[in-house]
Amino acid sequence: MFKSAHRKPGQNTYASQVEKYSTLKYPHRLNFYDRPPLDDITIEEFEICALDRLRLLAEIESSYARNRTWEELKQVALKQSEHYLPLNSNTAKNKNIEAERRKDHIGHFVLRLAFCRTEELRRRFVKAELALFKVRYESDDRAEREEFLQSRDFGWDAVDDAELKMYAEQLAAASPPPMSQAGGKALEKYYKVRWTRVPDLVEKRRVFLKGGMAYVPAREQSSIIFEEFQRSLEKSLQLTLKHLPRLDEDTRIVPLLDNLSQGFMAGISSEWSSAPEAAGDEITADMIDGLARKHFPMCMRHLHESLRRDKHLKHHGRLQYGLFLKVLGLSIDEAIVFWRRSFSTMQDDKFNKEYKYNIRHSYGLEGKRANYPARSCQQILTSDTPGSQDSHGCPFRHFSSENLQTGLLSMYSSQGLGASDLLEVMSYVKNGHYHVACTRVFEITHSSQGVKKGDGVGNGESVTHPNQYASRSRELEKSSESVKVEGDGDVTMG
Amino acid sequence: MPAAMQEDLSPEVMLAFYRRLYPFKSLFTWLNHEHTPTKQFINREFAFTLAGDVYLRYQSFVTADEMKKQVCQMNPTRFEIGPVYSARPRDRKTVRPTAFQPQLRELVFDIDMTDYDSIRTCCQDAAICARCWKFIAVAVRVLDSSIRDQFGYKHLLWVYSGRRGIHLWISDAEAMELTDEQRRALVGWMTVIQGGKDMVKKVNVRRGAAGPLPPSLQAVVDSYLKFAFPDIILDDQNLFSVRERWEEMLKLLPPGKVRNELQEEWDMDSERASADKWQDMRDAIKSADSKEKSTLKLVVQDIVLQYTYPRLDAEVSKHRNHLLKAPFCVHPKTGRVCVPVDPSDIDNFNPEAVPTVGQLLQELNNVVTETEGEHHSDWEKTSLKPYVDMMDKHAQALMEEVRKTKRGADLSW
Ligand SMILES: [Zn+2]
Repeated sequence: MFKSAHRKPGQNTYASQVEKYSTLKYPHRLNFYDRPPLDDITIEEFEICALDRLRLLAEIESSYARNRTWEELKQVALKQSEHYLPLNSNTAKNKNIEAERRKDHIGHFVLRLAFCRTEELRRRFVKAELALFKVRYESDDRAEREEFLQSRDFGWDAVDDAELKMYAEQLAAASPPPMSQAGGKALEKYYKVRWTRVPDLVEKRRVFLKGGMAYVPAREQSSIIFEEFQRSLEKSLQLTLKHLPRLDEDTRIVPLLDNLSQGFMAGISSEWSSAPEAAGDEITADMIDGLARKHFPMCMRHLHESLRRDKHLKHHGRLQYGLFLKVLGLSIDEAIVFWRRSFSTMQDDKFNKEYKYNIRHSYGLEGKRANYPARSCQQILTSDTPGSQDSHGCPFRHFSSENLQTGLLSMYSSQGLGASDLLEVMSYVKNGHYHVACTRVFEITHSSQGVKKGDGVGNGESVTHPNQYASRSRELEKSSESVKVEGDGDVTMG
Repeated sequence: MPAAMQEDLSPEVMLAFYRRLYPFKSLFTWLNHEHTPTKQFINREFAFTLAGDVYLRYQSFVTADEMKKQVCQMNPTRFEIGPVYSARPRDRKTVRPTAFQPQLRELVFDIDMTDYDSIRTCCQDAAICARCWKFIAVAVRVLDSSIRDQFGYKHLLWVYSGRRGIHLWISDAEAMELTDEQRRALVGWMTVIQGGKDMVKKVNVRRGAAGPLPPSLQAVVDSYLKFAFPDIILDDQNLFSVRERWEEMLKLLPPGKVRNELQEEWDMDSERASADKWQDMRDAIKSADSKEKSTLKLVVQDIVLQYTYPRLDAEVSKHRNHLLKAPFCVHPKTGRVCVPVDPSDIDNFNPEAVPTVGQLLQELNNVVTETEGEHHSDWEKTSLKPYVDMMDKHAQALMEEVRKTKRGADLSW
């Protein structure tokens, strides 16, 4: 499906595509993804659509890992959707509905390619996609949803009047109408489907069963639709898997797909903006000790303390920490000051020769002058696994459980993390939800600033980037300081 | 069962049983649904239990003869049947793990008498007699009729487990294909008794406290359980003549006047017959005020369910890759053969009359002088015959089903 498309990237621009299909292509907001996108897609589009969707799915997955209720999950997913994958109803004004729906369509199919490859990936992808579909279904405009349902053959038969009469008593007992409708004379509509399509209703005995057919009241039809969505996606993923080897020819696609699925496995979805923070946020070498204590995630705390202890950091450690500090707002001049002082046992000569160039290089001032972004959690989790002498990596993933617990207590007990919190944090770690563990540490250590369990780094979002962690932590401090100032003001006035 | 305890199950006896009596051909047809071997048989896992409790998984065979040869060679004490995989189980190490997945499996149920220990007085633990078999008989009737009526399955094979329980194997095409999720759903539908020893009220099936019973359960109560309850619980087991048992039952009533009065009354006459106690309760309910009366009427139905509805071992049924002992194996403790059981005649089935391996070999020795060569159908000369015939008849129906489907497919274009 993407085969012809990525052979000739850039041939069609996003805008012209949108124009071309602006009227009839996506009449409905909801999509069962029965048909792949057939028009040309640029490689850039391919990636953007996938990354934005992945971000959303990763939040859904971490909502499950954090035992959020369905309502909470829904709120998180809707909020994230607004940012990354808005999907408006037909009545929305001034929105490019077609473009939104096309992005939704493409992103889904790209991720199918990335997630069809192992049983584990398929299972997790189906679960997250199903949740996203449910969220949208429940938030859809009633009339539009009805239209969508009419547009697709779900293979259900309406139960005829004769049967309704024959089984009236059983139907009423199996699926009693909600209180508001009780006593109403009008017969409710029922659909007949094979019981295997509504296992959740069967399990809870919420339908009448006869000869293998389930008699599903109209108000429960969402059950059939969700089951159908799941079943058809599972089947499609198997088919995609069969066709996948043909993609191997394309050297650009495969690494991209690897990257996407790895990100999902690590629970991470996207890059934190690598642009330096707004002016006024610049930091100096002198400030770093203080910042580290108050705002750094554990990986950076650990790098900082290793640097202080050993007066040195190995290559990957310097890279991970240096780029983090750059994005935090450390200018090139301050960076040179910082690293020169930190390597206190090193001769000037050696520093200038071997290290200064690399620092300038990482700021894009030497060599090919690239603006290197800071490492995301995904990169830290999945690439350059640390050896026994290294200090880089993600402590939640790369530390032994004992070292992790000792480290957590020594670094964060002053910010309110106690031994009683370890059990919960460690349970996330044991299940491989490293980012959830890190997010929980953030919540605990910022509870004095009003952060509650489930808030994450804001809007329920999980930690996906060390700079996101640090920057949210600093924002919280600023806003609580301003509250304090106001508070003081009040006291004076009173 | 002192006689059974002395049953000779030496390797020689077992080998003679496999060589001369075990109906491999019938087993093959039942699993394969056709005469020529298909993946339903070829990709099927068998697991052998060898002497010394060595457990050998992932055995698979192409034909019934090959299976017989292997069984005779290894001489297992018993063997179990697992799912049909996407590749031959014996080749599983040479295929990619993703290419070795369970795909098909009969839907199975296991009912075991030990789950009835808290409601039987005649025997405990491993023991079983004709009186407590009545519980199993009710379970078979309820499960058999419910599955046929509600799920529409037709190919149900009931097999005595050799000691104190019974297995059900369902071979309809849809049942074979059920996913674990669907199996779990079906088991959820069929499960009524829930909660361990410490859970007093084990039946919670109404929607809302005063809702009607789900229609499937109402039908079961009306057709079977309201007769089984007085017959088994009140008369045969006389369960409520034991203090501990009537007190348990009384706790199912909501606290109030009726319960208090009965408690006082029975305290003075703890061993009063169960049927009389039950009558006491009905009388008390009749004279209760109307609000209490309507609640109590529902409670009575729930009590009937709690004491007579089938108690299922749910885990066995939920997973496609669960292994279950094959029909016609010999129970290692009793020596009895795991024979098929006719559900319509379940009330007359007597577990103690099921032939043992020793008895069958004796019968064989009485009628035939051993000749050279294989003995494919020596079972015909023994009391195993009606049971093998039952299995063959069941397999015939399955083959007919496949023929019909194939004919349909041929005509469809
Ligand atoms: Zn007994």
